[in-house]
Amino acid sequence: MKNKQKYDLAFINSFSIDENKLGDNLEYNTIQEWDSVGHMGLIAELEEIFDIMMEMDDIIDFSSYKKGFELIAKYGVEF
Amino acid sequence: MTKTMNFFDDLEKYSSNVAIITEGSKQISYKDLLETADIFGKQIKKRCLVFMVCENSFESVAGYIGFLRAGAVLALIQDTTDNTLLANLIEVYKPEYIYLSAEKSEMQINCTIVYSFGNYTLLKTDHNTDYTLHKDLALLLSTSGSTGSPKFVRQSYKNNNSNAEAIAQYLGITSTDRPISTMPMSYTFMLSIINSHLLKGASIILTDATLMEKRFWEIMKDNNATTFGGVPYIFEMLKKLRFEQMNLPSLKYITQAGGKLSKELTAEFNDICAQKGIKFYVMYGQTEATARMSYLPWEYACKKLGSMGIAIPGGQFWLEDENGNVIGDRDTMGELIYKGDNVTLGYAESYLNLSKGDENKGILHTGDLAKRDAEGFYYITGRKKRFLKMFGKRVNLNEIEELIRTAGYDCVCTGTDDNLIIYITEPDDKDRIVSYIAKRTGINRAGFSFVHIDKIPRNDSGKVRYSALN
Repeated sequence: MKNKQKYDLAFINSFSIDENKLGDNLEYNTIQEWDSVGHMGLIAELEEIFDIMMEMDDIIDFSSYKKGFELIAKYGVEF
Repeated sequence: MTKTMNFFDDLEKYSSNVAIITEGSKQISYKDLLETADIFGKQIKKRCLVFMVCENSFESVAGYIGFLRAGAVLALIQDTTDNTLLANLIEVYKPEYIYLSAEKSEMQINCTIVYSFGNYTLLKTDHNTDYTLHKDLALLLSTSGSTGSPKFVRQSYKNNNSNAEAIAQYLGITSTDRPISTMPMSYTFMLSIINSHLLKGASIILTDATLMEKRFWEIMKDNNATTFGGVPYIFEMLKKLRFEQMNLPSLKYITQAGGKLSKELTAEFNDICAQKGIKFYVMYGQTEATARMSYLPWEYACKKLGSMGIAIPGGQFWLEDENGNVIGDRDTMGELIYKGDNVTLGYAESYLNLSKGDENKGILHTGDLAKRDAEGFYYITGRKKRFLKMFGKRVNLNEIEELIRTAGYDCVCTGTDDNLIIYITEPDDKDRIVSYIAKRTGINRAGFSFVHIDKIPRNDSGKVRYSALN
């Protein structure tokens, strides 16, 4: 599986949303599933899928689907 | 008997202190807070019921203080309450006014706009049912905001004052304290933080941002927050964010309530806080007791690990067995009973109940099971009532079952805090059920799990045999 697919899957699994919801418009708190509880689940899912451990600054900076790519990329994940 | 002064009637003495710090780091003095608050108050012509949809903002706190000072009874509603549920609450309680933010104003209610301030509007409803409000009644607080149940706790002026006083006393709150909000103001835990700090002329930092947002930490650092409170889930988040590595020099103490924190997490935070020189208070309370009933003095955090501590100043605990006899022996489990001025008047289920006086007479059967050690410290061991704490919100399992049944699915609910288990007989509809229940309750779907069973176990009289599920 490509990293982009893995990344998408983390969102789909954590929020139980359709693939067509993924995109630049998907931001923290714009859907009910992505609240602080959902955020914890998403981060855990991403850390597991990519086998990384995220820093606090990156966890709280992860404010959108779009922003997430560059943050995950910091851990050596190539998209 | 002299009439006790309400803390909100006496805030002028702090005029020059900063009362509120907004998200934009704007500092609002007590003088300005009271001026704004009293403009709201003046719109209310006589003692009546006001529904207030709360946010953590200046507008919200100003409304709270203003309506109380004007002698109105306030029902505090969480802003995430589903519009259908809110409309139902309005129908059942027939408030004369509704105070809400622009975000909620798309609701279809027959109202006229009386006053607008910031993003908030005061609406006058067309309800003109004349009903009595008991003279002691100050606030109505939801027992489980999430299911939209019309069951509210009736809090008196005395309840509100005495609990704020007791909390301020045992935490040693002073005017130099600066708590930052971490929960909605409509939660009794957050409201108790607001009340006890206003009582002492402290400055409250208000934000709707959560710990998972950069903005929260910026606001916290920019304004040198000295304290915050957290439900167990907030401590899970702090752990994930590696609180031990954070540099927050202004932080003096942290409080924990709103459900039992696991022993492991308690021990972990005891260690971290000790290293950082932060006092860590484990506490216990319920909306039925205004907010707070106990606290574990921070000096005992390690020695009495897992304990909910001792009664707050002015309060008293004891344990009763199944027959209502007082348990004298140590380390023996019984129902935890609390006595104090903060025990609320009772419940209300519609406007018809608002004329009622004190039904509890200062004594609360908590529904929690506990034991006491030789030195008088209490430990929660279980629960008599069928409810869970879901990320800080109290959820009545019977109400959740009822909601799911209303949607046409037979089910039974059990679980532990932050993990509600739904037993269903139709596994194919799992996704629809979880979407529905998450939407109706505002609880994240991550908190629900499912177990498929062939048949709901019931006894001969049709009652669910919960014991057969485990």
